[in-house]
Amino acid sequence: MQPIIQIEDLTKVFGGKVRAVDSVTFEVEKGEIFGLLGPNGAGKSTLIRMLCTLSRPTSGTAKVAGFDIVSQANEVRKHIGLVAEKMILYNHLTAYENLMLFGKLHDIPEETLGKRIDELLELVQMARWRNSRVGDFSTGMKQRINVIRGLLHMPELLFLDEPTLGLDPQSSLEIRELVRRLNEEQGITVILTTHYMDEADALSDRIALIHHGKIAALDTPAELKKRISGYDGVILELKVPNLTPDLVSGIKSLRSVTDVLAEDATELKIYGKGKDAIDDVIDEVRSKKGEISYIRNIEPTLDDVYLQITGRSAETNVVREGTDQKSRPHRRGFFGTRR
Amino acid sequence: MGIKQELSHTLWITWKDLMELWRSRMRLVMMILMPLIMMTMMSFIFPSSQNVLSNIPIAVVNNDLGPQGAVFLSTLSNMDAAKGLITFKSALSLEDARDMILRGEALGAIVIPENFSGALTTHLYTANITVLTDDSNPQISQALSQILTQVIDGMSLMQAAVNVYPYAMQVHVNPIAIVVPYSAKAEGVVSGGGSYIEFMIPGLLMMNVITSMMTGLPRAIAYEKDTGTLVGFLASPISRVSIIAGKALGHIIRGLIQAGVSLALAIVLFGITIHGDIMLVVLVLFLGVYSFVGLGITLTSVAEDEETAAMIMMTLTMPMIFLSGVFFPIQMMPDFMQTIAHWLPFTYAIDAMRRIMIFGVALSSVATDILVLVAFGTVMLIVAIPAFEKAMTR
Repeated sequence: MQPIIQIEDLTKVFGGKVRAVDSVTFEVEKGEIFGLLGPNGAGKSTLIRMLCTLSRPTSGTAKVAGFDIVSQANEVRKHIGLVAEKMILYNHLTAYENLMLFGKLHDIPEETLGKRIDELLELVQMARWRNSRVGDFSTGMKQRINVIRGLLHMPELLFLDEPTLGLDPQSSLEIRELVRRLNEEQGITVILTTHYMDEADALSDRIALIHHGKIAALDTPAELKKRISGYDGVILELKVPNLTPDLVSGIKSLRSVTDVLAEDATELKIYGKGKDAIDDVIDEVRSKKGEISYIRNIEPTLDDVYLQITGRSAETNVVREGTDQKSRPHRRGFFGTRR
Repeated sequence: MGIKQELSHTLWITWKDLMELWRSRMRLVMMILMPLIMMTMMSFIFPSSQNVLSNIPIAVVNNDLGPQGAVFLSTLSNMDAAKGLITFKSALSLEDARDMILRGEALGAIVIPENFSGALTTHLYTANITVLTDDSNPQISQALSQILTQVIDGMSLMQAAVNVYPYAMQVHVNPIAIVVPYSAKAEGVVSGGGSYIEFMIPGLLMMNVITSMMTGLPRAIAYEKDTGTLVGFLASPISRVSIIAGKALGHIIRGLIQAGVSLALAIVLFGITIHGDIMLVVLVLFLGVYSFVGLGITLTSVAEDEETAAMIMMTLTMPMIFLSGVFFPIQMMPDFMQTIAHWLPFTYAIDAMRRIMIFGVALSSVATDILVLVAFGTVMLIVAIPAFEKAMTR
């Protein structure tokens, strides 16, 4: 299949020091839903901004829909739709007026534009609010209008930068469903950035894990997860009401344990290796008079993959012990989780 | 991209801005209220020197040993009755009058000396009337001192004319011509002109439209940058010039509407007459705004956010307004301030507007002003467009 995005050694340095995107090279196939995963500050949005011609690369090249992002920026803009993290809508204008404005900026002919707006409003079940002011809408309704705003000119490629950020579960589900339909029914290639792992897992054909501006891993969600489970890995959730630091140290020192993450004061997430890991952990807890409320073997998530590869959670601010001295390992990070 | 397309993009961006303004009734009301409040306030804060002072409490000390002091004060009182300038307050002595000023009971004092009648009857010496003023209030003190000395000098001349009357009659000449051999009469070049409000209105008009551009445009762009909506324009296949032009045109129209409201208020409320061509007034307003579009855009490119943009604009516009002669004639400023004023395009915009509105001059008479505005505006736009482009793709 022909790549719709070709990136080679793309780098963005801010202020001569901060390498937000560091020599990134990859391709995106036409018709894919391609996820870019990483925590805040990993470089996802900077990468998207460069691909959308909103930020000039420091070095490297990228072609979007066959056009160079620097020398053919205007051509690139004609072929892409952008749903940015902040909504591109004007509260004092109606849904129709907002869409009309951006349709006109894309030079969509008058006779086509009105019909297209009505079709898209139908698609997101917003036709009855066609002439209502956007300022009166809920966040979920606004986001639906925001997504179709990016689709007015029927782009080949849709960039979705954190499209469900701040939405309630129902609205998030609707947006994900819409993205899936657009991809399946209209063949639109979607580049999705998110730090919600379940969202990326559910939608993406392939995922690039971004860490400190670099691609840490790039594969399908299933293959990425195999990097843990497929190589004799095991993830355990353990609850010990009388958990002590001594007990945590004991578990960490086990040969079959590779990592221990404190979920809270009594709960641990343990990354182990080999079939004996679960027995070793139980024996260690019992030898130190620990009372096990429960212990279970859990399926790895993309966040686990990210944590294993980078030493840092993509979804929260969790950092594996010993990998980042500035952060404390605590599961409930500032950004919370949605699981 | 064709000019027609660019123009279409520009107009749609302008349409968006104006629709937002139209839908926000509070902004619309404030747009009309602002010039009304501004003009009313300014016209009363800086009224003309003739009507600034009324019912000024003045302490009067009559130390004259003869009757002439009382006659003088009575004449003064009669002269003032029509204007109501002074409220006379009796004081016992010079010290008493000084205390009254210190206590804030009087703003000045007139002290008739002991030898006043003697001087008038013997003509051997001049009777020196002392005028005291409140030094803590320099502007009132200066105006009062000027008015009182003028009144007293006038009365002195009248007395002189009375004194020389018998001699004048003998040689058949006019006694006034003897004591006042010549006098000056100042006249303006435009009949009926010359009031402070007439001086100020052209400056206020220019100030309204230029500050609307200088503060409004960078704030509007910075606001769209902060809220993320600017990305919608930047990611669309439109030229950066269209974005700048669209936003600027919206603010130019807003500025011109505001100027129109100001002008209508000035005519209706203050009886201002526009002596020049109204189209020339609109042209100069437009050029005034045009000259600041580039500066506004350049500063937008420098400012990181809306608050920074507002602070930069305030820092620049406030001194510019005062230095360019909106409220005070530039000629009243110290030399170095006048030099600075001549480097400000705002000064030229106001000068052109004032000469068109007050003198009714033709385009050729303000050609230099217009040239400066066009040149400054064009140079700033040449700087602004790449700066904006660079700032938006950081």
